[in-house]
Amino acid sequence: MTVDFTWMIGGPQGSGVETAANIFSQVYSKMGYQIFGKREYYSNIKGEHSYFAVRISDEKINSSIKGTNMLIAFDAETIFRHADDVLENGIIIYDSTLENMKVSDVITFEHDFKQRLQSLLDSKNKSDTVSGILELASENGVSVHSVSFRSLLTELSENLENPRIKNMTRMFNVLGVSLSLGMLQIPSEKLTESINSIFSKKKSIAELNVSTANFAYNFASAKFENSQFNFPSKPISEETMLVQGHYGTSIGKIISGCRFQSYYPITPATDESDFLERNEILQINEDRPGSTLVVQTEDEISAIGMAIGSSLTGTRSSTCTSGPGFSLMAESLSWAGINEIPLVITLYQRSGPSTGLPTRHGQDDMLFAVNAGHGEFPRIVYASGNVSDSFYDTARVFNYADVYQVPVIHLLDKFIASSVSTCKKFDESKITINRGKLLDEIKSENYNRFEHTSDGISPRSKLGLENGIFWNTGDESDIHGHITEDPVVRVQMMDKRQSRLDHILENIPEDEQIIKHSDGEICIVSWGSAQGPIIDAIKMLQNDGIKIGFIEIKLLNPFPKNLLKKYLSDVKTIIDVEANYTGQLGSLIRQNLEMDPDYYILKFTGRPMTCTELHESIKKVVNNDAEKREVLTYGA
Amino acid sequence: MALKVGDFKTDVHNDWCPGCGDFGIVNAIQMALTEMEIPRHQTAIFSGIGCSGKTSHFINVFGVHTLHGRVLTFAQGAKIANPNLEIIAVGGDGDGLGIGAGHFVAAGRRNVDMTYIIFDNAVYGLTKGQASPTLKLGEKTKSLPTPNTNYNVNPIGLAIASGFTFVARGYSYDIRQLKDLIIAAVKHKGLAFLDVLQPCPTYNDINTRDWFGGEDRIDEDTKKPMPRIYKLEDTDYDPVVHFSDETELNQKKTQALVKSMEWDSKIPTGIFYKNELITPYTRRLTDKIPNYVENPSALQKISKNNAPITNISQILDMYKV
Repeated sequence: MTVDFTWMIGGPQGSGVETAANIFSQVYSKMGYQIFGKREYYSNIKGEHSYFAVRISDEKINSSIKGTNMLIAFDAETIFRHADDVLENGIIIYDSTLENMKVSDVITFEHDFKQRLQSLLDSKNKSDTVSGILELASENGVSVHSVSFRSLLTELSENLENPRIKNMTRMFNVLGVSLSLGMLQIPSEKLTESINSIFSKKKSIAELNVSTANFAYNFASAKFENSQFNFPSKPISEETMLVQGHYGTSIGKIISGCRFQSYYPITPATDESDFLERNEILQINEDRPGSTLVVQTEDEISAIGMAIGSSLTGTRSSTCTSGPGFSLMAESLSWAGINEIPLVITLYQRSGPSTGLPTRHGQDDMLFAVNAGHGEFPRIVYASGNVSDSFYDTARVFNYADVYQVPVIHLLDKFIASSVSTCKKFDESKITINRGKLLDEIKSENYNRFEHTSDGISPRSKLGLENGIFWNTGDESDIHGHITEDPVVRVQMMDKRQSRLDHILENIPEDEQIIKHSDGEICIVSWGSAQGPIIDAIKMLQNDGIKIGFIEIKLLNPFPKNLLKKYLSDVKTIIDVEANYTGQLGSLIRQNLEMDPDYYILKFTGRPMTCTELHESIKKVVNNDAEKREVLTYGA
Repeated sequence: MALKVGDFKTDVHNDWCPGCGDFGIVNAIQMALTEMEIPRHQTAIFSGIGCSGKTSHFINVFGVHTLHGRVLTFAQGAKIANPNLEIIAVGGDGDGLGIGAGHFVAAGRRNVDMTYIIFDNAVYGLTKGQASPTLKLGEKTKSLPTPNTNYNVNPIGLAIASGFTFVARGYSYDIRQLKDLIIAAVKHKGLAFLDVLQPCPTYNDINTRDWFGGEDRIDEDTKKPMPRIYKLEDTDYDPVVHFSDETELNQKKTQALVKSMEWDSKIPTGIFYKNELITPYTRRLTDKIPNYVENPSALQKISKNNAPITNISQILDMYKV
C-alpha cells in the first residue's frame, strides 16, 4: 500500500469528537480512499475522555494500527493521553491555550493513569504540563503546531458579524478537523460536501458548520507548510459504502424480513434497535408498505419473551442485547430451545464480567452463548467478523432459525459496533429467504406440532392458523405439546431435538461454517471481529516474506470439528487469537479436537487488537521466540 | 355450526386437587369463549408456571404454557405481532405479582388489548404452600413454619396505578358472574385485569370457600351464614370513566382504590374500574404505522420465490460514498 495514514481526534464526551471524525471519514471516502475508524469512550454522558482514530489507505484495511500520524486536540487530556503515541514524522495540532495546563488540572484522569503519566514525564525530565509532554513528542520527531482556537472563533465571529460565535466552544470539533484538513490540502469542496451531508436535516446548523470549517481550512492551508501526508483524490473504483458498526445487522434484519424486534437499552447493542425504529416503515416491492415493530421493553427478560411470543405468530423475530442482558435471557432461551422456536438473538459482546468495561471491547461471551440456559437443547451460535459480513450473516441466521427451528445467537461485539469503515455496497441479490417448514395452510384436522419426522424437524404452524392449533410448554411434552413425564417419550423428544445438531452440521454449507482465508504451516484459528486485525497482520507478514494461514470459525455451535480437523491436517503450528483472557475458542478446540493450540495471542484490555501488535506477536511465534500465551496490551 | 362448551375442552387429564378453585375458572373461560363465538384458531391462552400454568393445556385453543412470571411478555409479543388474535393470559398471584411484578406494571403502561387473569389464592400451591404476595401480614397458612412477615400486594390497586384500563375481581365459585366478567374483559378495548379469588383447599386454610361464604359468621336472626363476598353490580357503584376529564378520572380511580381495600368483613367482586378513553397500544402503533392493523408483522410477506421483497435501496443510497 502506498497510503497508510492514521488521524486521531480526542476530546471530552459530548464535545463532538464523533462528528469531527465522521467529517474526516466522509472526506477521505469521497476522495476514493478506504477507511477504518474506531471510537473509544467511557461509560459517561459528558466530560470523560473519548477519541476517534481513523485510518485511511488506498487498499482495503480492516483494523487500526499502533500509534497515529496526526493528532488533533482541543483539550489537555487528549494531549496528555495521546501525544506520546504520535509516530515519528507525525503532526500534532492543538489549542495553544492548553500549554500551561498541568497533569493535576485534568480532573478526569484515573489515579493510576496520573501516576504512570507523572513517572513518564519525570523519567524524561519533562515538566508535568502540556508543554512538557509536547516537548517529549517533539523529541520523538513529531512536528507540533499550536493554534489559538479562541482567536479563530473571535475572528470568525467578526467576519460573519455574529457575536454569538465568539463563545461557541462547541465548534472546536469542527475547527479541529478542518484545520487538519487544511494542512492536509484536501480539495475544499469535499469538506463542504461532507458537512452538508452530515447535517442534511438541519440546514442552519449545516451553514454555520460550513462557514466555520472553511474558515479554519483556509487559515490552516495558508499558515501551515504542506505536510508529507497530502494524498490526491482517486476515482472511487466500485460502489462503496461508508458504514457504522451496526449497519450490517440492522439493514440485514430489514432485508431478511425481521418484522419484530424487542429490546432493552444496553451499550453497545442499542444502536441497532434505534436504527430499526427510525426506519420502521418499509418499502416492499409490488406490495403495500411493511413495517418493523420495535418494542422497548421493561427488561431483557421481557425482550426475549416478547420476541418468542411474536415468533409464535410466524413473524421473523429477534432481540438485540449485550452480555448482562443476555444473562437475563438465559431461562427463556431454554424455553425457546425445548419449544423449537425460531428466534435470533443478536449479541453485541463487550468486556465483562458483570458490568466490566461497559463501553469497551471483548470477545467474552462465546462460551456463555454456547452454554447459556439450563438443560440440554440445540442452538446455533454464529459469529460475524466485520460489518459487511454481518449483513449477509444476518440473513443466514434467520434462515437457520427457521429451517432448523432453533434459537440462534448471532455474535458481534463492541469492536464491530464502534467501527466506521468503507466496504463494498451490500449486495441484495446475494440474500435468500428460507422459512423452512413454516406452514401457510393446514387442511388436515390431525395436525401435531411436534410430530416425529425423519430429520427431527416438524412442520410448523403459527398462532391464528386454522386447523393448526398447538400447545407449547416448558415442560417436556408429547407430539401435541402437552406435558408429559413419560420416560419413553422423553427419550424420543430428546433424540428429536438433539439430532438436529448433526443435521445442522451436515446441511449448512462448509464455507458458511468455516472460512479458510489463507494456507500456511503456521496457522491462526480465530472467530468474530479478531478477523480484521488478523487479515491485516497477515498482509504485513507477507511483505516480510512470511506466509501464515488463517482459519475463521463462524459456526461455533454445533462445533464443526471434522471440518476443522480437515483444515488443520497439514498445519504444523496453531495460533489461537481472541480478545478474551482464557482463549475460549481454544477451549472448544481442546474439547472437540482433543488438541491444544500451540500458542494463544490474547487481548483483554477492553481495546481492540491492532494489526501492528498482532504482527509483532506472530513474528515472535515465527522466530520461535513467543510465550505459549502472548498477551497484547496496546491502547488508551 | 355453533361451538359448544365441550369443543373448548381437551382430553388432557386435569390433575388439580379435588375442590380446587381453579376448576371454576377454567369452566368460566370455556363458557365465555363459547358464548363469544370466536373461532378456536383465533384464540390463544398464555399461561405462567404453577397450578394455574396448566390451564392452557385444558382449553382447546392455542395454548402457550410459558415461564414463571413471564407470561405477560410472551402474550404481549404475540398480540403486538398479530393484533387479530384474541389473547388471554393466565397465571397465579405469585407468578404475576411476585416474580412477574415488573412485567405487570410495564404491561399496564402499554395497555395492549388483551386480558390477564390472576388465579389469586395467597399461596404457592405447587411448591407446597409458601406465602405468596397476596397473603396478609401475620397470617399463617397451613404449611408455613411461622406467620407471614410481608405485607400483602393489593392487586386491584396495583393494576389501577399501573395503567390497566379494565380492573375487575371475580370469585371462582361464582362461575356465572366470572364468565360475564371474562367476556367483559375480553371485549374491553385495552388491557383488562381480572383478579379471581380462588381458594386453595390444600394449603390455604384461612381464605377457604367457607370463609368467603361466611360460614364462620351466622346471622343471629336468620341463622344463615353472612357471606363476605358481595357484588359491586348489586350496589350503585359505577366503575366507568365516562368522559375525558381529570376530575372524573381521579374520582373513578380513587373510588376503585378505596373499594380495593375492603377485605375481611366485606369483599367486593365485579368491575372496579373501566376506562376506554386511554388509547390502546394498537392505536399508539397505528399513529406511527398507519397500516399496522391491516398489515401487521405476522401477515406481512417478506419474500417471493425465496428472494427478499423489501426494498432497501433508499437506505443503502444514504450511506453510499
